[in-house]
Amino acid sequence: MVTATTSLSTADVAAIRADFPVLAERVNGQPLVYLDSAATAQKPLQVLDAERDFLLHRNAAVHRGAHTLAGEATEEFEDARAVVSAFIGADADEIVWTSNATEAINLVAYGLSNALTSSRYGRLAVRPGDEIVITERDHHANIIPWQQLAQRTGATLRYLPVDDDGTLRMELLDQLVTERTRVLAFSHVSNVTGTASPVAELVARARQVGALVVLDACQAVPQLPFNVRELDVDFAAFSGHKLYGPTGVGVLYGRRELLEALPPFLTGGSMITTVTMDAAEFLPPPQRFEAGTEPISQAVGLAAAVRYLQRIGMDRVAAHGRELTERLAGGLAAIDGVRVIGAGERVGLASFDVAEVHAHDVGQFLDDRGIAVRVGHHCAQPLHRRLGLAASVRASVAVHTTHDEVDQLLVAVADASEFFRGSR
Amino acid sequence: MTSAEFASLYQQIILDHARSGEGHGDPAGFEPQSHQINPTCGDEITLGVRLDDDRIAEVRWEGHGCTISQASASLLTGIVTGSTTEHARAVIDEFRAVMRSRGQLELDEARFGDAVALNGVSRYVSRVKCAMLAWTALEHALAQSEV
Repeated sequence: MVTATTSLSTADVAAIRADFPVLAERVNGQPLVYLDSAATAQKPLQVLDAERDFLLHRNAAVHRGAHTLAGEATEEFEDARAVVSAFIGADADEIVWTSNATEAINLVAYGLSNALTSSRYGRLAVRPGDEIVITERDHHANIIPWQQLAQRTGATLRYLPVDDDGTLRMELLDQLVTERTRVLAFSHVSNVTGTASPVAELVARARQVGALVVLDACQAVPQLPFNVRELDVDFAAFSGHKLYGPTGVGVLYGRRELLEALPPFLTGGSMITTVTMDAAEFLPPPQRFEAGTEPISQAVGLAAAVRYLQRIGMDRVAAHGRELTERLAGGLAAIDGVRVIGAGERVGLASFDVAEVHAHDVGQFLDDRGIAVRVGHHCAQPLHRRLGLAASVRASVAVHTTHDEVDQLLVAVADASEFFRGSR
Repeated sequence: MTSAEFASLYQQIILDHARSGEGHGDPAGFEPQSHQINPTCGDEITLGVRLDDDRIAEVRWEGHGCTISQASASLLTGIVTGSTTEHARAVIDEFRAVMRSRGQLELDEARFGDAVALNGVSRYVSRVKCAMLAWTALEHALAQSEV
């Protein structure tokens, strides 16, 4: 039995690495050092095997058909839902499969405007005069759907600004989130600074004014123990592929009574009870939001990824990530000319800028040593603009990341700075 | 230590051009003009041309970007200044074909001079857009002058 603060030992990480064959790849003649899990995680054999085993032996369309495979596939698909919902502290009927986190957020945003034209689902409708509040440091996937919702409904979009280091200006929260606010959407962990938002404080204000809380949990769920009841959010979205699962599957959590009150986003097969040539009756959630053939094997793969993490233990995953991220951010900050973006404890990632050197050039230098990082604006242009940057470099860690890999990055960043700045 | 491929991508001449930036400056008043953005990294350039009949009398550009995009804008300026717009369009087409060739084609030294140092870019698919940014801007600017 391990205690809550126990991290992963060197032997633990070595055993985990054996589950990720891609880590044995060589890139530009060097062993791959994969520090881009915040963009997409590598998949362990357990996930690949679960998906392949399903496809080899039980593949069929779910929730239709009476043959044996259809029954088995449906059972496994719904078992996957139970595993993933339990992982985040939700009931099985409170999670909706989507294609990714982006679709999950759009599902909520479109539901809130579709409610405008529906007498049955009118309660949640966003209307002219209503306000939607987002933050300046959100990912485009948690900005643009709300811009579009405001445009469709005549509601006003506001945002909580950040200060010079990308921290939310919480002192402005009460004046921005008011009785007019219908939705407060923000990321749990910023995909640029890696710092966590003060979720409890944000949720408390939303509760005071009766606003819905929509949480972008993409960077949090792979790194931290995550429980929607403890966080007390109304909706939460995350993607499967950042959680060591397949691409093509994402998750929307919605509080049961809210999913019941929300009209559908996508419509079509599998989400109806009765259809005439004029109208249709919809199924209750979650099926109401799962039109068309679902990402079946992907959901099965995602459940395998969740089981994989549960075997390691999310407390240990988090402790390992904390150790590595401290080493990463501390090491980067100690390099001459490197500015680490953000302030405070980081979760799983650190982004940085090398003075006078473009992020692309740093990334190319690292790639030459087999080190994979993200360069660019990381789908957060407003935050980069606010910080006076066009682009930055982001390194992110995973369960399979070693201390030595972090150190290799630190040496390479120092060398890149020397290479590009030394020649000036 | 860096690999031979990396060294060929970041030759000294590229680093020098990224720093010197031939043609770099405010293109205000230069017409035609074009503004281009590389959406993957947010790099941008505004490039203006001063035409003298069918000749490119002067190119001026400003923006921000990586070493490759800045060096490429500088090298482009040297190549097309004083040439006819027809020649410039042909050179842009040829440059694009080489950049997209994944290392199969090389720039002709007689027409491209120092810009042959950009040959290495074509082996890095993710960097082709960086190298193309200024050339695309010139192409768009010249297309405006036709109508």
